[in-house]
Amino acid sequence: MDLQRAKYEYALRLGDNALVLCQRLGEWCGHGPELEEDLALTNIALDLIGQARLFLQYAAELDGSDKTEDDLAFLRDGADFRNVLLVEQPNGDYAQTIVRQLFFDLYMQLFYTELSQSSDQKFAEIAQKSLKEVNYHIRHSAGWFIRLGDGTDESHKRMQAAVDRLWCYTGELFDGDDVDQTLIANQVVPDILTLKTHWDAKIKEIFAESTLKIPDNPWMASGGKQGTHSEHLGYLLAEMQFLQRAYPGATW
Amino acid sequence: MNNVHAMEDPSTKIWRALAEVSDPEIPVLSVLDLGIVRSVDVAKDGGVTIAITPTYSGCPAMDTISKDIVAHLTSQGVLDCTIEHVLSPPWSSEWLTDSGREKLRRYGITPPDEEGFSKRALLGFEPQVSCPKCRSSKTRKISEFGSTPCKAHYVCDS
Repeated sequence: MDLQRAKYEYALRLGDNALVLCQRLGEWCGHGPELEEDLALTNIALDLIGQARLFLQYAAELDGSDKTEDDLAFLRDGADFRNVLLVEQPNGDYAQTIVRQLFFDLYMQLFYTELSQSSDQKFAEIAQKSLKEVNYHIRHSAGWFIRLGDGTDESHKRMQAAVDRLWCYTGELFDGDDVDQTLIANQVVPDILTLKTHWDAKIKEIFAESTLKIPDNPWMASGGKQGTHSEHLGYLLAEMQFLQRAYPGATW
Repeated sequence: MNNVHAMEDPSTKIWRALAEVSDPEIPVLSVLDLGIVRSVDVAKDGGVTIAITPTYSGCPAMDTISKDIVAHLTSQGVLDCTIEHVLSPPWSSEWLTDSGREKLRRYGITPPDEEGFSKRALLGFEPQVSCPKCRSSKTRKISEFGSTPCKAHYVCDS
């Protein structure tokens, strides 16, 4: 695969992960269980939109057409999105939001640590900036994961249900394809499979502290990185893209 | 013409002007105190290019800060001014200057010490934060996630 094209695909994957999760967290705005959490989630969403913009700006540059970050965010259809399935899963209750966030934050922390060393200067710069932000996000998600898991019977029950529902989306985080292979060979991105050992070890530690149980079912869903999404993404995009679809080119 | 000014490095004037542009979020700090100005270049034709970096990647104040800088420099007679946004080296609270840290304390904010990620932080380890007014270490965290990322609320028990 052409190196430039592989970088474009990868920038889309990273940009779309951040964009879609940002949109999900934004849905909590004004609906958080308490004011502090409302602020925390929307501040995390703000970091994610910043990261999404940096990656999508870079994707637009790599594409070499006259597309902008906004075209990529607002004028692509679901099948053109390259985010992992985990981030498009609905917010559910607060337990589900926190579980989704912890799985993602822990992955991104390990991933950005490695991507900071990328042979591609732009990827390295974005990773160095974003790593500082993820280090903060994980304090929030791990803190709540443990507190709610090791909390009341009700919070424990809800957290375990959220874990059972979302665990099958963690495998895709470590799926590599020919885009990965091309970039790994050029030291642009880390081999994500090697991150899995670290992720497994850390997640085990956090699970132990939270008194929650890692599901036994080894089946994992995948396809998001290649554009095969769950139906949830369509609804999310319908809302996120509405304005630009209904009023093309509208600005503030 | 005044000889001293004639010989002054043209960028010195720009740096001096930047010390008068406030951060919109915490107005006691200038953009220099905050440590977000990465470079100032003055071209032969007098055109000025200033590179600034965001405190965090989604910082919505970047456009306001850019406009504030241009407006202030315009008022100082610098008409050709371009603001560039750069990511590297990335900002962290270590970039706050010593005078910036002192201004923050007087404003009621204890400047953060840079903390790397550690397992202790993951499992709920709390950093020690001293009171910005009396420097007591008898403080209690009441809200970790404040109005901006990385701003937490504490009360002083002394």
